Amino acid sequence: MKVSEQWLRQWVSLDMDAQGIADQITMAGLEVDAVEAVAETFSGVVVAHVKSVSRHPDADKLNVCQVDDGSGESVQVVCGAPNVAEGQKIAFARVGAVLPGDFKIKKAKLRGVESRGMVCSSSELGLEEERSEGILVLADDAPVGEDFRHWLSLDDHTIDVDLTPNRGDCLSVQGLARELGVLNRLPVEALHIDDVAELNTDTFPVSINAPEACPRYVARVVRDVDVTAATPMWMSERLRRSGIRSIDVVVDITNYVMLELGQPMHAFDLETLQGSIEVRMAREGEQLTLLNDQSIALRDDTLVIADDRGPLAIAGVMGGEHSGVNASTRHILFESAFFAPLAIAGKARSYGLHTDSSHRFERGVDSELQRKAIERATQLLLPIAGGAPGPLVEVASPDHLPSQRHVTLRAGQVARVLGVALKGEEITDILTRLGMEIAAQGNDVWDIIVPSWRFDISLEADLIEELARVYGYNRLPVRYPSARLAPRAIQESQHPLAHLRRQLVARGYQEAITYSFVSPELQMALTPQAVSPTLANPISSDMSVMRSSLWPGLVKTLMHNLNRQQNRVRIFETGQVFQGELPELSQRAKIGGLLCGERDAEGWSGRREKVDFFDLKGDVEGLLALGGELDAWRFEPAEHPALHPGQSAQILYGSTPVGCIGALHPAVRAKLGIKPDVFVFEIDLETARQGRLPAFSSLSRYPEVRRDLALAVRQDLSVQTLMDTIRAQAGEWLTDLRLFDVYQGKGVEEGHKSFALGLTWQHPSRTLNDEEINQLIDNIVDGVKTRYNATLRG
Amino acid sequence: MEHLSSLVSEARAVIEAANDMQSLDDVRVRYLGKKGEITALLKGLGKLPAEERPAAGEAINQAKQQLTAELETRRSKLEDEALNARLAAERIDVTLPGRGEMPGGLHPVTNTLSRIENFFTHIGYDVAEGPEVEDDYHNFEALNIPAHHPARAMHDTFYFDARHLLRTHTSPVQIRTMEKGNPPIRIVCPGRVYRCDSDLTHSPMFHQVEGLFVDENVSFADLKGTIEEFLKAFFERDELDVRFRPSYFPFTEPSAEVDIQCVMCSGEGCRVCSHTGWLEVMGCGMVHPEVFRYVGIDPERYSGFAFGMGGERLAMLRYGVNDLRLFFDNDLRFLRQFQ
Ligand SMILES: [Zn+2]
Repeated sequence: MKVSEQWLRQWVSLDMDAQGIADQITMAGLEVDAVEAVAETFSGVVVAHVKSVSRHPDADKLNVCQVDDGSGESVQVVCGAPNVAEGQKIAFARVGAVLPGDFKIKKAKLRGVESRGMVCSSSELGLEEERSEGILVLADDAPVGEDFRHWLSLDDHTIDVDLTPNRGDCLSVQGLARELGVLNRLPVEALHIDDVAELNTDTFPVSINAPEACPRYVARVVRDVDVTAATPMWMSERLRRSGIRSIDVVVDITNYVMLELGQPMHAFDLETLQGSIEVRMAREGEQLTLLNDQSIALRDDTLVIADDRGPLAIAGVMGGEHSGVNASTRHILFESAFFAPLAIAGKARSYGLHTDSSHRFERGVDSELQRKAIERATQLLLPIAGGAPGPLVEVASPDHLPSQRHVTLRAGQVARVLGVALKGEEITDILTRLGMEIAAQGNDVWDIIVPSWRFDISLEADLIEELARVYGYNRLPVRYPSARLAPRAIQESQHPLAHLRRQLVARGYQEAITYSFVSPELQMALTPQAVSPTLANPISSDMSVMRSSLWPGLVKTLMHNLNRQQNRVRIFETGQVFQGELPELSQRAKIGGLLCGERDAEGWSGRREKVDFFDLKGDVEGLLALGGELDAWRFEPAEHPALHPGQSAQILYGSTPVGCIGALHPAVRAKLGIKPDVFVFEIDLETARQGRLPAFSSLSRYPEVRRDLALAVRQDLSVQTLMDTIRAQAGEWLTDLRLFDVYQGKGVEEGHKSFALGLTWQHPSRTLNDEEINQLIDNIVDGVKTRYNATLRG
Repeated sequence: MEHLSSLVSEARAVIEAANDMQSLDDVRVRYLGKKGEITALLKGLGKLPAEERPAAGEAINQAKQQLTAELETRRSKLEDEALNARLAAERIDVTLPGRGEMPGGLHPVTNTLSRIENFFTHIGYDVAEGPEVEDDYHNFEALNIPAHHPARAMHDTFYFDARHLLRTHTSPVQIRTMEKGNPPIRIVCPGRVYRCDSDLTHSPMFHQVEGLFVDENVSFADLKGTIEEFLKAFFERDELDVRFRPSYFPFTEPSAEVDIQCVMCSGEGCRVCSHTGWLEVMGCGMVHPEVFRYVGIDPERYSGFAFGMGGERLAMLRYGVNDLRLFFDNDLRFLRQFQ
């Protein structure tokens, strides 16, 4: 909410400057976004009277004016504005005046005619952002010779307060003044509003059909209003300083009252109303054209003001175009109602609207304010636009109006929450300043009556917050909590995520953090088999579907970097992925990585080779080995739609598949425009964190025996299968089985390959002899020969 | 015996001329070997008259010893030379870079979250995590934000359907923790959160760390002490002005925004702090009694405080990053700056 500093000062006499006010209310919880001067700097501008206007002898578009600027002498000035006319009061820049932008007014000759000064437009004075059409015409009673800045109080500031949703009571000058009065122990000048004398008995019938949504509706007919009367400058200036444009005198007055008191109002053109006014819920599909020319179909959850023909306005949000006040309006009906916040909340938004009125009703309006507001509007209207007011018509449902709220406050609770025992007098002083009434007082207990404008207060906690706020948060004590420190169990076999991250970092990987929502196309390319939820309201279509894997984000990161000549990419990410459909959605954390480019960083000793599957597999094994049970993990050939069918594997923990590794399928790369080979993996994070608790076994004092075997097998036999078989037949004293060469070519039959394996045995309590080892070797060779037709190579 | 002295002179010259171990050994064999010339003289002693023999033997032995010593000296010198030559040949440029992979690095937001977690786990908090796709109840309702509450407008929520959404804060983890356990509760909840908002200063995804402390007799004073010490520790400053400004969150009361003296300009006023000298860094407050009722904790017996802060915001202040979007571009040139 934007408000003029001077307007506030009219309500409460503050002994501080605008910035001081801003700082004070900010520290009281009403955060000020900005303090800005209401007008740019200028000087030498006075109110003047145009005595005569005549056509410039040599220029069609120029006029020569004689102006009375209060100096006693008539001043001649040439003016180009089409709207200048005899008898006008104007803003006149004398010779020597300095206008915004350091524009100095000098004596000049325009096409041979002397001009001493300038007749100003709003924009030339910096009062309007847009370039104004003609000169600024002032009210007839503007005092000739008076300094223009002084006359309009332009040495003023706009204070822009960003109110939290609970403080709807401060969405008015009255509310902010009240708050400043509390903080500074100053009286607040209550506005004196007399009931307006009725000049006729005209009323318009009103009924309420939804009393829980609209517990009070006040209306007044005012006949014979001059809607074309100009809004006085002081009023339009205040509206401007609150960021509201002047429309016409009636609308301006309703807006002014809203800013001043906080009660949104509306005015109908009386002659457009048919039959009677009914406040009711809309019927589904009823049509209404709003003041902003938007046509909408109403829903039946929407409260409307209707007449016999149909809806006139969305209650508390916006009026209809048809029934609104316009230049030909003669008689008006003022509306001032109390709508329940719950009935209005969310409605404006649901129709794509947000108005000053809905903003206030959603947060709450003082339920005792309606009569006062309509009296104030009438009081303002009559001197400006004339008119004959009728009596107030009020329809109310006391059962549905907010009742008087009593809240019990205990001193002990204040001390418990704030950590300081405030004195009883201090507590009652603050509450009284806030407008609370102390209905009863016991032994450190008070029964508090909350004023109608503090609709945010209904609990003891609310009162304690108010005490803290007014007392000052920064005066409250500081202490360190004490706690019972119970030791917690830490599972040694499960290592923290930080270790996994550090392991990959140590192997040259950079951590990435990518969005959890990805492009459906990219996701389809990388995990076509997966289903994941789609956002109903995404920021953009390429961030619309929840990732079912870390790969889309990693691949997108790769592409970003390849496009920036970063060709050696090793990245990883950890985070939740989403699989399935709501409500049966699986959300599990994964760890995934991507490898691309050269094996070694460019350097003097490196070989310029590209990474392959085994570089990534080695990094993954390094990660899994952290748990100390690498042998519990297996890589089995498995196809994945986005991976190269010959270079992809499922990663299993025991017999459970928990991850995947492989080269991106060349067709996928081609589709995404990625040239180099790319290798990716992803593993379930919880499983990757599993490990074993180390268990000691005693060291043998007897020598180990090592034998090497070279076995030729068919090309399609996996080394894992071969080694599993060997291990099964190598006896219980085998301590190590190691693959130390894979060979194909000369000496090995076409379609075959040769594995060189080193086997090591050791007995815990004796020396193994040659015979038993030879026996084991024979068993192994026979076994693999029978099962895989493997041949022992010389 | 003249022959002996000329033989010694000759041998000495040859020793001096030997330039490698092989020629030196040849010299030894030639003069002192079994068939060497000096050895031959010794063998020839018998042909001398008996009275000359002792003197001649003595002279030959002396010559033999002398030559042996000189051979040794020469050998040692040649060895030294050979070693020095080898060392010179093996000299390398030790300023060449070492071999092998250099480490990568953690994302700056991860670093920041870890620092925050560490501070709190060291003083007895646990880390709690929860789902990112949440239901309306845990993200809003149980936090005292019923449907149509104006505070919902501050959240710009991503929805899947009427009931499911992307969590807008990590507060639902607090709710889930309180639903499951009993006080005392001390947790920090780091994680991704989402708001349907994207511009220079807003990212549709960012990170929060929220904290919750529930026990008997926890007060606003405890909250102030915890937050002040945390901020000093986080920014590694012994002196750091911290101020608490009343604010509003539906799930805490009293609620506060926390400002610190601008760490860029030390409070003098700069672009980062909009020339106010203050930076808003977190929100906090005492757990609202309604929230306790939702999770079944007796607000008459227990009280608690909660706080929340943005990972990216703190990372930006800590490392001087000036553009929020850099965190999610994952440009390697950016990420490597935080190794
Ligand atoms: Zn600063």
